[in-house]
Amino acid sequence: MGLTLTWLSVIILIPLAGLFLKSTELSPDQFWAILSSRRTLNALRISFGLAFAAACVNLVMGSIIVWALVRYRFPGRRLFDAIVDVPFALPTAVAGVALTTLFAEKGWLGAPLAALGIKVAFTPLGIFVAMIFIGIPFVVRTVQPVLQDLDPEIEEAAGSLGASRWQTIIRVILPSFAPALLTGLALAFARAVGEYGSVIFIAGNLPNVSEIAPLLIVIRLSEFRYADATAIAVVMLLVSFVIIFAVNRLQRWAQHREGER
Amino acid sequence: MTIEVKNLVKKFGNFAALDGVDLKVDSGELLALLGPSGSGKTTLLRIVAGLDWPDAGEVVINGEDALAQGARERHVGFVFQHYALFRHMSVFENVAFGLRVQPRAIRKDQVAIRARVKELLDLVQLDWLADRYPSQLSGGQRQRIALARALAIEPRILLLDEPFGALDAKVRKELRKWLRSLHHEINVTSIFVTHDQEEALEVANRVVVMDKGRIEQIGSPDDVYETPASAFVHGFIGESIELPVQVEGGVVRLGDRPLRLAAEGLAPGASRLFVRRHDMLIGPPGSGAFEGAVQHVRNFGPVQRAEVALSGGQTIEIDAPRDRELRAGDTIGLEPRRYRIFAG
Repeated sequence: MGLTLTWLSVIILIPLAGLFLKSTELSPDQFWAILSSRRTLNALRISFGLAFAAACVNLVMGSIIVWALVRYRFPGRRLFDAIVDVPFALPTAVAGVALTTLFAEKGWLGAPLAALGIKVAFTPLGIFVAMIFIGIPFVVRTVQPVLQDLDPEIEEAAGSLGASRWQTIIRVILPSFAPALLTGLALAFARAVGEYGSVIFIAGNLPNVSEIAPLLIVIRLSEFRYADATAIAVVMLLVSFVIIFAVNRLQRWAQHREGER
Repeated sequence: MTIEVKNLVKKFGNFAALDGVDLKVDSGELLALLGPSGSGKTTLLRIVAGLDWPDAGEVVINGEDALAQGARERHVGFVFQHYALFRHMSVFENVAFGLRVQPRAIRKDQVAIRARVKELLDLVQLDWLADRYPSQLSGGQRQRIALARALAIEPRILLLDEPFGALDAKVRKELRKWLRSLHHEINVTSIFVTHDQEEALEVANRVVVMDKGRIEQIGSPDDVYETPASAFVHGFIGESIELPVQVEGGVVRLGDRPLRLAAEGLAPGASRLFVRRHDMLIGPPGSGAFEGAVQHVRNFGPVQRAEVALSGGQTIEIDAPRDRELRAGDTIGLEPRRYRIFAG
């Protein structure tokens, strides 16, 4: 107990408290001025907006991947299952370089897309792609165990009670893993908001266009504008807290509903 | 509602789960499909429900070709061994599910659904659990809710797959009686699958004994117990003594010992003799068809169970009333009161 608290304090609480303390060096007006500057607002908008969009894409695609992995037996299934973890394991810088090479104007995917007039690398679209890449395992790995536990008899029961396939999905299957889906969404979102390594390579990092909030923090730090950096950091921290709190509530709610077994 | 199954065949790979099954179920019957695991009884039930499809054969429900319909159109209530309740729904919503997913044109309004669910929960005597979730119920309660849910759609037939298989012995016995009286009350044509002979004989009007994808015997509980149609049925239902015998020239032999048993009408060759354990009458040595030495005796309430080594070398177990106490070491004569000999 004592060890846990000490460890948690040293590792997590003290640095976070330091962050808040640092930001109190700013007067509320200064704080507000930093946050409402065009560049900061744009960076936050890009980070949160794209992260949310990427998390939503991951929610849909992740669910489809999970469904295929759990419900179908096909050659190479185990391999695909392992590949899902690659974004977890890959150093983010490596991922960034790989994605940039792939989507650069002369890259394998970049070239055909450029021919269609779609530019991915060094645009916000590139950020979006990188965020999808790093977020997908979060959705897959949170939903997978729940779907594996879902008894096929449940679907048969719904069918024999007269439910159509669609009604079965909407009323029975989705609700039974809605909490897991939302948890996966929140985790993928949180990861994408904070993602730095893989994004900065592909983003182009144009202020106001493709500059993400974590990068802006780094830039401010390198300019020795620590207060500016902490102000942005505090905002991101608060949002992370809200997300984690929401995930926790979701899990509690799901557990309560399923009862203690 | 009648059910008719004709020459049903279902294979899983090389394994024939159903190997030409014919069955007719009359309206209002409570029929048991009884057999060991792998006998095809659950496969048969699932095909009737529309949850599996046969490789060949016909299923006719009330004169209509059921194989032309999916599970959804068949209007069949199905109760699963492991309940298959919707965990994220309250008991009330579970029972209401079948009513809520009905096509809009015939769907009942909220008030009518509420009334119908209440009525069903009363029927299964669990109206006080309406707001609970399945995880908060005992196994027996869950199965009764599953039954109420299946009955909500007013099914034409009710199919139960090992409905009490996951419950402990005491709850099973209670629910058996309860299912019988419920069937009496609602009188829906019902088939239930079980591997428990006691359950089948106690609950059903008619019992279908299955083995290896085939029907061995169809009859009343008395029929299948008293006059088993095959060696398998005799061995599977009730506790039997089984001895390998030879039929030759009108004589039944156990090893090289002729037995004083009638052999008329029996095909010559290797056969099996079946006697119920309690149908062996005990007498003094030399008085019956068999002779043997008592090895062990255990008492079970009104009966004593004795292990007897026959003079031919085989060991059998018999159940005898306790009016004549047996002791280990006694030599006794044994006369089968009733017996059956099957070729093969």
